Amino acid sequence: MKLHLLLSLIIFLFVCTTAAHAQIDSSLLKLPGKADTTKKGLSMDAAYNRPFLKLGKLPVSIGGYMEADYQYMGTSGIKQGNQFQFRRFSLFVASTISKHIKFLSEIEYENDPAGDPGEATSGPEFGIEYAAIDIELNPMLNFRGGMILNPIGAFNQNHDGPKWEFTDRPIAMTQLLPDTWNNPGFGLYGKRYSGHWMFGYEAYLSGGFNDSIIDNALGKTFLPAAKSNLTRFTTSASGEPLYTGKLSFGNDQIGELGLSYMGGAYNTWRVEGAVVDNKRRVNVFDIDFNTTLPVLNTNITTEWAWIALDIPPNYTQQYSNRQFGGFIDIVQPVIKGRILDWDNAVINIAVRGEYVDWNQGNFTSTGARMYNDLWSIMPAISFRPTPQTVLRLNYRIQHARDITGNSIGATIGPTRGISFGIATYF
Amino acid sequence: MINPTNGLCGPVNLTNDQTLLFSKGNDQFFANRTASTGLGPYFVATGCGSCHSSDNRGHPFTILTRFGQTDSTGNKFLSQGGPQLGSANLPGLTPEQIPAGATSTRLIAPITAGVGFLELVPDSAILAMAAANCNNPDGVRGHPNYNTIPSYSMPLNGAIPRADGKYICRFGKKAAVYDLVEQVAAAYNHDMGITSSFMPYNPYNYLDQAAPTAPSVPEIDNNTFNSVVFYVRCLQTPIQRNAGDAAIQNGGALFVKIGCEVCHKQTLTTGYSSIAGLSHQAFHPFTDLLVHDMGPGLDDGYTEGNAKTAEWRTSPLWGLGLAPGVQGGSYYLMHDGRAHSIEQAIQMHAGEASVSAGRFKALSTTDQVAILKFLKSL
Repeated sequence: MKLHLLLSLIIFLFVCTTAAHAQIDSSLLKLPGKADTTKKGLSMDAAYNRPFLKLGKLPVSIGGYMEADYQYMGTSGIKQGNQFQFRRFSLFVASTISKHIKFLSEIEYENDPAGDPGEATSGPEFGIEYAAIDIELNPMLNFRGGMILNPIGAFNQNHDGPKWEFTDRPIAMTQLLPDTWNNPGFGLYGKRYSGHWMFGYEAYLSGGFNDSIIDNALGKTFLPAAKSNLTRFTTSASGEPLYTGKLSFGNDQIGELGLSYMGGAYNTWRVEGAVVDNKRRVNVFDIDFNTTLPVLNTNITTEWAWIALDIPPNYTQQYSNRQFGGFIDIVQPVIKGRILDWDNAVINIAVRGEYVDWNQGNFTSTGARMYNDLWSIMPAISFRPTPQTVLRLNYRIQHARDITGNSIGATIGPTRGISFGIATYF
Repeated sequence: MINPTNGLCGPVNLTNDQTLLFSKGNDQFFANRTASTGLGPYFVATGCGSCHSSDNRGHPFTILTRFGQTDSTGNKFLSQGGPQLGSANLPGLTPEQIPAGATSTRLIAPITAGVGFLELVPDSAILAMAAANCNNPDGVRGHPNYNTIPSYSMPLNGAIPRADGKYICRFGKKAAVYDLVEQVAAAYNHDMGITSSFMPYNPYNYLDQAAPTAPSVPEIDNNTFNSVVFYVRCLQTPIQRNAGDAAIQNGGALFVKIGCEVCHKQTLTTGYSSIAGLSHQAFHPFTDLLVHDMGPGLDDGYTEGNAKTAEWRTSPLWGLGLAPGVQGGSYYLMHDGRAHSIEQAIQMHAGEASVSAGRFKALSTTDQVAILKFLKSL
C-alpha cells in the first residue's frame, strides 16, 4: 500500500515538471557557498550548499569543516572543570561524474562524548556520514542512493558547525532525534521554483532504528541510541524499511517551512523466521521553519519534533511512548562591515531556547505526570570574520528534572556554564 | 553522590584508593542495565538509581511487590516466582502474576544513605534495645528479626547467633536481610534481573515456559558488584538541617516526650570497621532496627524471616524531610507509600505505636507543628 502511494507520488511529480528548473548544477561545486545562518534556498540543499574547492582539472571538489571548543560547566554545583574539546573534523569530496550524475561524500571524525549536555558517553566516532549518488532524471525527479541523511527536520541535513552561532548542537536534535542520522537507503527528491516561491520534496526508504531505542544505558526512550549500532549499515533489526519524507515550502521573503515524517518498525520481532514479538513502530513528526526578518536582518530558525512509539506491554515506564522537544535560535547581526582586516565581518548576538520532554504522559501507579524534561536558554555572541568561519561565546542556563520531577542530582538540576568555540569550513 | 547542600552528601572520609572504589560504585549504582548487560527477563527497574534517586527513598512507579510468605516457616511460593514479582519484563515474554492463594505486599524503596552505619550496629546493641522494651508501659515490644543468612554471607563482627543458627537481620522493611552484600545481591537479582556470583539464577516466571536458564557467566562481575556494595556502605548519613532552630529543638524534645523515640532511636553507635569513617561512630538514624507490631491496618498478610505479618522494622527517619525532593515533590511514606504526608504517616501508626500516636493527636496544634518541623529537618 505504501509502495503504491510512493509510486503514485512519483508519477504525479513527474507529470508536473515541465516548467521546473534543473536542480543539479555542476558549477555549484566550484562556488563558495554561503555558510552562515542567513542562508537562502531550502534546507534540503544543505549537503551541496557548502564551500568546495575545485582542484585544477581534477574531477573532484573537496571541502570540509572543523570545530573545537572550550567549556566550563557545572550541574547541581558539581563542576566538570575546564574541558577542551575537539568536536568534529569533516571532509567533503564531491564529483560530477557525468551530466546529471553527481556524487557527494562526507567523512567525519566526531568526538562528542559529553559536549552536548546529557549526551550518552559514546566516545569518538570516525566514519562515513554521507556518501550518495544523485541521478537527475528530471528536475522534479532525482534519484538518490547510498548512505543518506534522513530528511527528518532541517537540522539533520543542515548541521555543519560553522553555520551556527552555538558550540553545542540543539539538545532536541541530538538527544531526542539522532543528529546526523544516516542510513543506507534510496529515494527521490525534487524541487521547483516559481517566482518567489520554492517547493521541494524528499522521500526515502532506508535502514533504521533498532531495539536499543527502548533498551539503552540512559534508561529512557532514546532514538539516538540506534546510532551506536553500526550493524544498521548492513542489517535492519526489523527487516522493514524506515520511511522518511519531507515537504518544504519556501518563499524568499517569508521563509521556509518544512514538514517531515519518519517512521517504521524498529524492533527485532522475528528471529530466524520465527515471530517472537509484535512489530513495534516508531513515528516521528517534525516541523521546521526559518526566516530572516526584513530590515533588521534577524534570523530565526526553529524546529520541533514529536515522537510516538509502540512500547511493549508490561515494560517499564522509564521508556516512554511519547516525546517532544525542539529549539528556537534568534540571531541578530549587530555589526557588519570591515573589522580589522576583514571586509565582510559580522558580529552577531544570539539566543537559543530549548525544551525537551523525554517522558510525556502520566505514571500508571500514581496518575501524576512524568517529567524527565529539560529546558535551556543560551545567550551567545559570535564573530564571523568571513561567512565560513565563526568564533562564538555561549552561556548556558539549563534546568533538568528526572522522571519523577526531582531536580537534585549529579545529572539533573541546574546547569550553568560558558563555552567558547571556533568552527570553520576549509 | 550529590551536593551536600541538599542534605545528603557523598562518602564518609575515605582514603584516595577508597574514594576511587567509591566513585566506581557510584557510576555503577546509577548505571542503567539493558538486555545485553543482563537486565531481566523479569525486573522492576533498570538501575539502582531508578529506585533510589539521590540515594534516597523511592517513588511508587518502581514499587516492589512481594508475595508468598505468611509466617516464619518460609516462602511457599518460591517455585512460582516468589518472593518478588517482576512487574516488568522484556518484550515477548509472558507477564508474571501473583500466584493464586499467595498474599502480597508492596514495598517502596527505602533511603540508601547511611546504611553502612546501620550494618555496623553491634548485635549486642540491638538486643539491648529489645530488652529495654520488655516492661515498656506503652506496650512497645519489638524484637530482632532472626533469619537464616545466605551461604555467602560472613557473620558480621560481634554477631550473636541464636541457638538455631539464625542471625539478627536488619535490612529491608521486615529487617529480614542480613547485610549489604545480601541486600545488593537481592536488589540486582529481584529488582533488575541481574545475576551475580551470589545469586546466579534469574528471576523465574512459572507462567512462562520459555523462561531462560541461568547465564553461564554472572551478569555483574565480582569487582563491579563489590564496588557497588562499597559505595552504599560508605554513603554518609543524611545531615539534619537547621538543627539549632529553637522550634526544631522543641519539636525534637516533644518527639522524645510522647514516646516516638522509644522505637525511632535517635542515636546509635557503630562497632569496629576497617573503614575509619565508619568505625565507632555515633550517628542519628531514628530506628532501633527491631520489628514492631504496627496493627491490623498495616498488616498485608505477608512477611519475611521470623517477623509476623503485622510487624515492620522501625523505619529510619533520617532524610525524611528530603523525601519530597526525591519523590517528585510528594511524600510517599510507610512501607508502600500510602501516606502522603508525615501527619498521615503518624496517624497510620497503630499496634505498639498506638499510645505515642495518640499522644501526638492530643498535642496542641503548635506542638504538632513543632514535631513536624523537627521531622522535616531530618
